[in-house]
Amino acid sequence: MNTAVVDKLKAAFPAGILAAKEFRGETTIEVKKEEIVKVCAFLRDDPSCAFDYLSDLCGADAYTPEKRFEVIYNVQSLSRRERLRLKVFTEESDLHVPSVTSIWPGAEWPEREAFDMFGIIFDGNKDLRRMYMPEEFEYFPLRKDFPLMGIPDSIPLPRK
Amino acid sequence: MARTSTDHTSSISPLYEVAPKKSKILQALEDKDTSVQFTDPLENEMILNMGPQHPATHGVLRLLIKLDGETVVASVPELGYLHRGYEKLAENCNYHEFIPHTDRLDYISPLMNNTAYVLAVEKLLGVEAPKRAQYIRVIISELARISSHLLSIGALGLDVGAVTIFMWTFREREKLYDIFEELTGARFTTSYTRIGGLSQDLTDGTKRKIEDFISQFPARLAECESLLNRNRIFVERTDGVGVISRERAIAMGFSGPNLRGSGVSHDLRRAEPYLVYSELDFDIPVFNDGDSLARYYVRLGEIKESVKIVQQAIDKLPEGPYNALAPKKVLPKKERIYTKMEELIHDFMLINFGAAPPVGEVYHAVEGSKGELGFYIQSKGEGHPWRLKIRSPSFMNLQSLPQLLNGRMISDVVAIIGSIDPVMGEADK
Repeated sequence: MNTAVVDKLKAAFPAGILAAKEFRGETTIEVKKEEIVKVCAFLRDDPSCAFDYLSDLCGADAYTPEKRFEVIYNVQSLSRRERLRLKVFTEESDLHVPSVTSIWPGAEWPEREAFDMFGIIFDGNKDLRRMYMPEEFEYFPLRKDFPLMGIPDSIPLPRK
Repeated sequence: MARTSTDHTSSISPLYEVAPKKSKILQALEDKDTSVQFTDPLENEMILNMGPQHPATHGVLRLLIKLDGETVVASVPELGYLHRGYEKLAENCNYHEFIPHTDRLDYISPLMNNTAYVLAVEKLLGVEAPKRAQYIRVIISELARISSHLLSIGALGLDVGAVTIFMWTFREREKLYDIFEELTGARFTTSYTRIGGLSQDLTDGTKRKIEDFISQFPARLAECESLLNRNRIFVERTDGVGVISRERAIAMGFSGPNLRGSGVSHDLRRAEPYLVYSELDFDIPVFNDGDSLARYYVRLGEIKESVKIVQQAIDKLPEGPYNALAPKKVLPKKERIYTKMEELIHDFMLINFGAAPPVGEVYHAVEGSKGELGFYIQSKGEGHPWRLKIRSPSFMNLQSLPQLLNGRMISDVVAIIGSIDPVMGEADK
């Protein structure tokens, strides 16, 4: 576990850091949804953290009654050659998550993708359109309740 | 007989009754902040729809461009024309079954994707491939990189009007495809790697073929170089075109040759060595200009480094098994399945239920030919991933395209797209 970074984060955000886990040498830190932008700003700007590069951002559907959706941030420090994973949970009834585009501008498209696939709404993303699916598509395909075969007639096709 | 007015309106097609709804992509283009201003009264504004079927967009990339005269003022890329839902498919097939799908991500270098995917799954399962398999994976990754960069250079030349280079790089790629066919049984859809190893060994004949290729290739590459490096048209079309600064490149998630073209010396083969890259000697070409020409030179330099790596890996290639001994995770050999009971059971379980990793999540990235190619896998202890996210470099690289295009001429658009080297199979997943 990357204890130095975890301890530093816990000291700076006593209420914002909910848990820290390690698996296969990778550290995952669970962050309170409201604090994510501040935590990311701290991680990027603190010289001993320097996580300046957002490798990836994605959503996931745990398909549980509580804490159904999660947003996963895989961040990397180019100078310190280290990786870290942050995670926030959100409820099905409240799909809003603060956007981190102000910290890493490159988060815009991954956030659009997560919105497209799961319907997670990133507050602060200026261009939150669908990434892959057609504009008029009404469903969120990567949700676990979306069938693999698709939903008939969900994409209008030309008449014969 | 006079017709009533109601008759008249009903005869008009309903298409003309409703004003066309403004699509969201057009709205997004009009919402863009434009910093490029013009005072020339002869300039005028125009919206141009480029793609998705356009030879210079390298696949099915669609661009909506706002032009002022010939100058690009704003642009919005639209993706999804090749979206096949691989992440959804991955959740519905077991870990082995997904390997062929990875061929179709970056279809220019499928061997690289095969390697990247199985490395992520091996990390999750806690399996390590034997040394020989790791060396072969390095060889195929670097050959795939050569193939991909050759296409990139050739297509960039073609985009700016140098047609010969395209033919010459494709001639070399053809030789590579012959090697791939002999090695894997397929030219494009290789599906060569397996969890814990490879589908088949590298034979001496193929090894000799790779050595032959490597020995003659530098001279052929020098010929290709001589077509471009001092070609005035090529240099003037790419020099200073599509510039992105070092800070901006990092902030936007640029990776691979594009990032190194902006002066960031970051290569995952060096930063977090996987496979046997720590045992091999190679340099990382870095150029500081951040323009299309710099990205071209980075790719050229990387091809030469890849040749060095392949040569070393072939010299050092150890003997031994090419599949790990982990019966409940790695597919057994065919002849043993037909003759041994244990192997038959393991094969049945692996094919029907999949190798079951522990509950957890991993992210593993390799330095792909386009950039950081990563797989993030969430496991709930089942034979298939609960969630699999592909961190595709082309997707992240394309995101900066509007910034690179702003203020450039319409003819530079193709030179900039070509220098970013996106592959839509990967960007659209």
